[in-house]
Amino acid sequence: MSDSRHTPRIEMLRSPLGRARGLGSAHSGAVAWWGHTLSSLALVPLTLWFVCGMTRLIGSSRHDVTDWLYRPVPLVLMLMLVLATFYHMRHGLETVVEDYVHQPIVRLGALLAIKAVTLTLGLACIVSVLRIGLL
Amino acid sequence: MSGLCRSRRALTRPECRTNHPQRPVADRVRQKEHAVRDVRDALYVARNTDGQVIRRPMSPHLQVWRWPIAMAVSICHRVTGVGLSIGTLLLTWWLIAAATSDSAFATVQWFLGSPIGLLALLGWTLSLTLHFCSGIRHLAWDAGWGYEPRAYRLTSVIVFACGIGGAALIFGIGLSVW
Repeated sequence: MSDSRHTPRIEMLRSPLGRARGLGSAHSGAVAWWGHTLSSLALVPLTLWFVCGMTRLIGSSRHDVTDWLYRPVPLVLMLMLVLATFYHMRHGLETVVEDYVHQPIVRLGALLAIKAVTLTLGLACIVSVLRIGLL
Repeated sequence: MSGLCRSRRALTRPECRTNHPQRPVADRVRQKEHAVRDVRDALYVARNTDGQVIRRPMSPHLQVWRWPIAMAVSICHRVTGVGLSIGTLLLTWWLIAAATSDSAFATVQWFLGSPIGLLALLGWTLSLTLHFCSGIRHLAWDAGWGYEPRAYRLTSVIVFACGIGGAALIFGIGLSVW
C-alpha cells in the first residue's frame, strides 16, 4: 500500500515551470483598471444628468424627445453617456465572466459575445442619437 | 486501524479522512478528482513538507460564510452591474424607436407604461442607484480612503440606504410626474 493512489496524477508531460509560464501578469492590467475607473468617474455626472433628463421626459411624445436631443448640449452629453456606459459595461461583464466562468470554450464564447453585443448595442445607440441630432 | 476505513460511509469519520494508507475505497471515489487535466488545475498541485505530492487546499465558497454587510454590498455591486447591462437593452430600444417613427416610439412608451415595463424600470432604477452609490465607494477606495473596518461597515450601510432611498425618490418623482 503506497501513497501513490491518493496523490494527484498529473496527466501532462510538462515541467512545473512550463506549466506556470504564460500564466503570470500580462502587463496590461493597469490599463484595463484605469479605463474602468475613468469611465466610472465620467459616468457619475453623466448618470445624474441622464436621470434628471429622463424624469423630465416622462410621458412626453416622440416630438419632445427628438426636440430635446436636437439641442447640441444634450446631444453631446448623450453621446458621451452612451460611449462611457458601453465601455464600462464591456469591462464589467468581462470581469464577471473571467472570475466565474472557467470552462475554456464557454469562457472564450462568453467573452467574444460580450464584445460583440456591447459594440452592437453601443453603435445602435450612437447611430440613433446622431440620426435624431443631425437630421 | 486495518479495515476500519474501507467503506464509503467511513469517509465521514475524521480518522478516515487523513492521508492514511489504508483507504482503498475512498481512493477509488476520489481518484477522478485527483486527475489533473488542464493547466489551471495543474497549478493546484504541490508537495507538502514530507515531499508528498498533494492538491493545494482551496478556500471554501460563498455558502459557508455568514453574510457580513460588506460582502453583501460587494456582491450587490456585481449583480446590479449585470442588471444594468441587461437594462441597456431598454435604453437602446428607446433610442432606436425615437430615431425611427412615431408608431415605434408609441410601442416603447406603451411597454414602459405596462406593469412589466414599470417593474423593469423599477429594477433598473434600483440597480442604477445601488451601483452608483457602491461605485462612488469604489472611487473613494481607489483614492485610498475608507479601508478601516469601521469606515468599511459604515459606508456599506450608507450605500444600501442611499441606493434604496435614491431609487424610491426617483421612482416617486417619476410616478407623480407621470
